[in-house]
Amino acid sequence: MRMKLSIIAGAVALATAMTSAPPPAAAQDSIYIPLFTYRTGPFSGSGIYIAEGMRDYLEMLNQRDGGIGGVKLQLEECETGYDTKKGLECYEAVKDKKPVVINPWSTGITLPLIPRAAVDKIPVLSMAYGLSAAAVGDTFPWIFNPPATYWDGGSMILSYIAGKEGGGPEKLKGRTIGYIYLDAGFGKEPIPLFEQLSKDYGFTLKLYPVAGTEMQNQSSQWLNVRRDKPDYMIMYGWGALQPTAVKEAVKINYPMDKFISIWWPSEDDAAAGGDGSKGFKVLNWHAVGADFPAIADIKKHVTDKNLTQTDKNHIGKVLYNRGIYNSILIAEGIRNAQKLSGKKVVTGEDVRRGLETLNIDAARYKEMGLEGFAGPVKLTCQDHNGHFATYMQEWDGTKWVRLPGELKAMTDKVNPLLEAAAKDYTDKAGNWPKRTEACDKAS
Amino acid sequence: MFYREAGQFKTSYEVDAAVFPIRQDRIGIALILFIAFVVIPLTATDFVISVLLVPFLILSLAAIGLNILTGYTGLLSLGTAGFMGVGAFACYKLTTYFPNVNIVIWIFVSGFFASAVGVLFGLPSLRIKGFYLAVATLAAQFFLDWAFIRVQWLTNYNTSGAIEVPTRTLFGMPLTGPNAAPEFRYLVVLSFVAAMTWFASNLVHGRIGRMWMAVRDMDLAAELIGIRLLPTKLLAFAISSFYCGVAGALMVFLWYGSAEPAVFNIDQSFTILFMVIIGGLGSLIGSFFGAGLIYGLPIIMRFIVNLFGWQITPATVEHFTFMTVGGLIILFLIIEPAGLARLWQIAKQKLRVWPFPY
Repeated sequence: MRMKLSIIAGAVALATAMTSAPPPAAAQDSIYIPLFTYRTGPFSGSGIYIAEGMRDYLEMLNQRDGGIGGVKLQLEECETGYDTKKGLECYEAVKDKKPVVINPWSTGITLPLIPRAAVDKIPVLSMAYGLSAAAVGDTFPWIFNPPATYWDGGSMILSYIAGKEGGGPEKLKGRTIGYIYLDAGFGKEPIPLFEQLSKDYGFTLKLYPVAGTEMQNQSSQWLNVRRDKPDYMIMYGWGALQPTAVKEAVKINYPMDKFISIWWPSEDDAAAGGDGSKGFKVLNWHAVGADFPAIADIKKHVTDKNLTQTDKNHIGKVLYNRGIYNSILIAEGIRNAQKLSGKKVVTGEDVRRGLETLNIDAARYKEMGLEGFAGPVKLTCQDHNGHFATYMQEWDGTKWVRLPGELKAMTDKVNPLLEAAAKDYTDKAGNWPKRTEACDKAS
Repeated sequence: MFYREAGQFKTSYEVDAAVFPIRQDRIGIALILFIAFVVIPLTATDFVISVLLVPFLILSLAAIGLNILTGYTGLLSLGTAGFMGVGAFACYKLTTYFPNVNIVIWIFVSGFFASAVGVLFGLPSLRIKGFYLAVATLAAQFFLDWAFIRVQWLTNYNTSGAIEVPTRTLFGMPLTGPNAAPEFRYLVVLSFVAAMTWFASNLVHGRIGRMWMAVRDMDLAAELIGIRLLPTKLLAFAISSFYCGVAGALMVFLWYGSAEPAVFNIDQSFTILFMVIIGGLGSLIGSFFGAGLIYGLPIIMRFIVNLFGWQITPATVEHFTFMTVGGLIILFLIIEPAGLARLWQIAKQKLRVWPFPY
């Protein structure tokens, strides 16, 4: 009986501790950056690379330079499992520790955070995912989604196809283009653009949605592809959807050089089709490979010292580098914020200003030890995205090979849609706050 | 010693049929309500309220809904998340069409939409039972899931395919949207849950509840003593779906703030079913226990890890939580297959004779 009582007493004590314990205060001499990652669950195949790259770069700054501007970065991972519920839990858990920026890494988690960002004064960096309309900085001062939106990506793929057909978008006339996508917010978002463009340029659009629960079973979709024989296939996928699609495409002998994906497939996804997946094409905007001084520093200061759980074979893989790119934006945003505010330990408000005046040019990339890693990024108060050019990379059976040429978004088609979507969002939200944040001059 | 009903006499049938016949129980429930309504909003942190308590209450409400159907009437359902989704989407459509009507009214009304859909998919229950009915409700789940993704009218043609909850006020204070105070949201959710639990408790202890239980225990016998099966089963479907619908609307409007259709997928249905089974079939308090265990335990475990400052990566914690929660579920089912509610009952029984067990 006594044991029971002590159990009850313990439970009561725990409950009181939980309800009354103040959130652990962030140390005042460091900058707190929570990283929402998913190393578990059905999307971990993509998520592990991202988590490793994001963390290793920031950890490298800590080890090599003692943080940013002499201030240590306090990193904390929160496992979301790509689940909105857990993502919101993470957000509530980190909110009181004064994070300077949130990277949700899931469109589902980004959406509920969009209205909260302005209230909690925490900027959200949803790098090339999330709500495309958030590119409109006047409406969404707290949300950043560089370097390109999903609509930009869609228009780039179409212009690439047109280029392959030997000309401008008018060459798309009479073609059939299939679109296979994750049937969730992320995959559905580009459909209005594709529909608009199919009207404008006279191609036929065929939709092949894949439900989130059926990612690993796409035989019916690919059966339809075999019947419809689209001239090109476009894919917007994530997690297990991608290797399955590649496998199925190989199985039905779909010409892989006409199978083009948005920027999310990893090497593992492309390799899923074996030799047959040679020629598979994916958009990308940064370099692949570990041949950069900064990445050598990651090896020297982080992975060789076992300060991370990164699998050493992952370094330099496309999604690992994508994680690095995400961290570059964070780090440069903070550096900018320090310059603008004159403070060492910056807050979320400062970092918002820092991201808004972000200007990473080729010289700065060189300084960072990442010469030629990616194109310049310059954001403004109006444009939180930049709509920067990307390139196409092709799978040669073992690695990604960069194809020559830059792909630019059809901004004349995309921007009106973007503006309309932003207006639509605020109309539906009701009482959407007007932008009150002042606009800084770029530093 | 503390818990004894000696000296408490029942002098009328009403008193004998009361929900809480023992004075200690009445004091206990009053104390719990006092803590829930007064102490917690004053003392608890935002994190505890928005991450632990609000979700716990909402999931408990959904579990009560499913318990009415599965626990009290014996009709196995896998469509819970679908019915919750109907409530959420109905509430969203209603508040966008009629923004001036108070959101609390719409949350309540959206339950009726879920109810109607529930009755529709409950129709086969007259002819099929057990696993076959589970498959029929599974069809409801798949159909509704499909409709939430495909019927864009439901999301007002949002390009993101998700519901974005607009700001709505109650008594001049924002109740939904980013500016809503967690304490205020908590109090509204708590009021809903307390009122609806009270209503459910009256239902299951009264004539209707007895009809349901008679159907559950043996529907042929129930029919022979004059219970009309179809209306009884459909009533169970209607009320169960009503609870799920309100829970779904609360979930999106007062917890998530925005929802992709994926929120209402089959996993959610299973989670609620597990809550009901672990908590105890045919027990209202069991619904709370089950929701607390399945939803709360992983969070509390993560919290403990943080409390001790163990240097474990979040992914390891996640794996560990999965294994522990799974193990605990099996353990609880071995110790007491009738659920946590039965354990609670045994504990109460023991307390009555403590410290002189016989």
